[in-house]
Amino acid sequence: MTVHALDNGAAAGPRRFTRMSFGAALLFAAAFVVATVPFTQRAEALIELDVTQGNVQPLPIAIPTFIGGTPADAQLAADVSGVIAADLKRSGLFLPLDQASFIEKITNANQTPNFQSWTVIKAQALVTGGVTRQSDGRLRAEFRLWDIYAGQQMAGQQFYTTPENWRRVAHIIADAIYERLTGEQGYFDSRVVYVDESGPKDKRVKRLAIMDQDGFNSRYLTRGNDLVLTPRFSPAAQEVVYMSYGSDQPRVYLLNIETGQRELVGNFPGMTFAPRFSPDGQRIVMSFEDQGNANIYAMDLRSRRTTRLTNSASIDTSPSYAPDGSRIVFTSDRGGSQQLYVMGADGANPQRISFGQGSYSTPVWSPRGDLIAFTRQSSGGFAIGVMKPDGSGERILTEGFHNEGPTWSPNGRVLMFFRDTPGANGGPQLWSVDLTGYNEFKVPTPAFGSDPAWSPLIN
Amino acid sequence: MTNTHPILRGAKFVVFLGAALALAACANKPGAGGAGGAGGFGSGVGSASPGSAQDFVVNVGDRIFFTTDQTEISNANRATLDKQAQWLQQYPRYQVTIEGHADERGTREYNIALGARRATNTKNYLASRGINPARIRTISYGKERPVAVCNDISCWSQNRRAVTVLNNAGS
Repeated sequence: MTVHALDNGAAAGPRRFTRMSFGAALLFAAAFVVATVPFTQRAEALIELDVTQGNVQPLPIAIPTFIGGTPADAQLAADVSGVIAADLKRSGLFLPLDQASFIEKITNANQTPNFQSWTVIKAQALVTGGVTRQSDGRLRAEFRLWDIYAGQQMAGQQFYTTPENWRRVAHIIADAIYERLTGEQGYFDSRVVYVDESGPKDKRVKRLAIMDQDGFNSRYLTRGNDLVLTPRFSPAAQEVVYMSYGSDQPRVYLLNIETGQRELVGNFPGMTFAPRFSPDGQRIVMSFEDQGNANIYAMDLRSRRTTRLTNSASIDTSPSYAPDGSRIVFTSDRGGSQQLYVMGADGANPQRISFGQGSYSTPVWSPRGDLIAFTRQSSGGFAIGVMKPDGSGERILTEGFHNEGPTWSPNGRVLMFFRDTPGANGGPQLWSVDLTGYNEFKVPTPAFGSDPAWSPLIN
Repeated sequence: MTNTHPILRGAKFVVFLGAALALAACANKPGAGGAGGAGGFGSGVGSASPGSAQDFVVNVGDRIFFTTDQTEISNANRATLDKQAQWLQQYPRYQVTIEGHADERGTREYNIALGARRATNTKNYLASRGINPARIRTISYGKERPVAVCNDISCWSQNRRAVTVLNNAGS
């Protein structure tokens, strides 16, 4: 993919070019050429984000259908702007305006808009752009982001890529818009591993699958011969650690997505489960079951040494590291019911943090460090919520018959989880909800889906 | 947008995705097929010759049930397990696998541990009744292999179970 910054007429600085090429065998084999042109100045972010706040007023944004370079490109151009609008809408931070309300018709991807006509319909930002299939077969996609009230361009970029890459380009553009308008990292160009479920409820076939965060481009990573559960990404997003049946005991395995190599994690004389990576990728923390008790162990991936972190005659499971690696939150029934506990990464000083109604499980520490997401089971059903690491500030984001297993978007703004439906024909599907709890969306998957795990951002 | 990191980020995903495809082609292994006997009630009615798997299922009872979140062996369970122990002593050629299960009204990882504890308690009880622990293997399926799939307590209670499966029943 080739990218150029689109100047807004301000003084252009010196250009830097970086070239990285990848093997032709790769799916999206393409050379990236990155060109940057500094802008004169940055306007303020238009949205102030406060993740602890319950409600955010979404920013009205106008996204006219992108212009096709030729009539034959019109549909693809419309698809690209459609993906951008869908990404921004699902974040809960943006309100894409009804195109029927638009007064000015954008006919050229490079035209400077008549800002007055967008002020009238109360748009605060405008995205214009175009998509063209070039004679060399490559796709050129470009966008410009306009601050309506300041009457100036905020961002602009041009991408050259292969036509099958169009969804990625759309996600990258949506991230650029999100980042420019919120001052925070976007998350649309990210992936989710999850468990694809097919077959009758009492004989489910489960396969690891990977897809874009919006549910598209889903493909299998395993064939379904073995029951697989709870995949989790490594911080570099190159590996997935998960639980698999198929040998004598179900155990934790590590799958290298790049090479397809699978290896057993640790040398435990029994079942291991509930794995998760440490934030630095050096360790895997998991439960080992012995004599009916489950305790938490960490394994150093280099030395292969394992360290026992809990030692109780109870079920200790679902460990998740704080992003700085200093602490671990986990589930334990040591007090009689399932509750959340936080301990040092060495197992020191476990403290119960959940005290609400019902039982708590599947804790996951936010990549921002400020919140822990969980599943809460009570007479009312299964809810997804968040609390601070000290247990205060608990908020339920969604509840119902069965919601389970939250995973954080890489910027800590959105949770994905699965929602199960009852009965013989029921099954789990993936949903997302933002931290306000007001923006809940189903994530489309080809079949039933469960145990989602969001990829980190790749820097 | 002046910085380049989204593009760099994209570059790595190129590797990442290409690999995912490559993986789909090769990451597979014929395995034990996951829970082959997990639900198997063995449609055993009619002629159950003494010492057969049908005999075990029909005349002894291959499973015990638990109340919500409980893993202790109840009095009713003891009666069933006493009969299982007696039968297994009578037919020492069998090795068994005890499969521990949970109902769907729990979260996945905790339920796996819960099923393991049910299987372990069942094993320990059989051992206390004179069955050599070396004959007994345990495995937990958590909530992955329900036998009853309706949405009420009558089904959930059937799913909270430990099933004693005869390993070499086919021989």
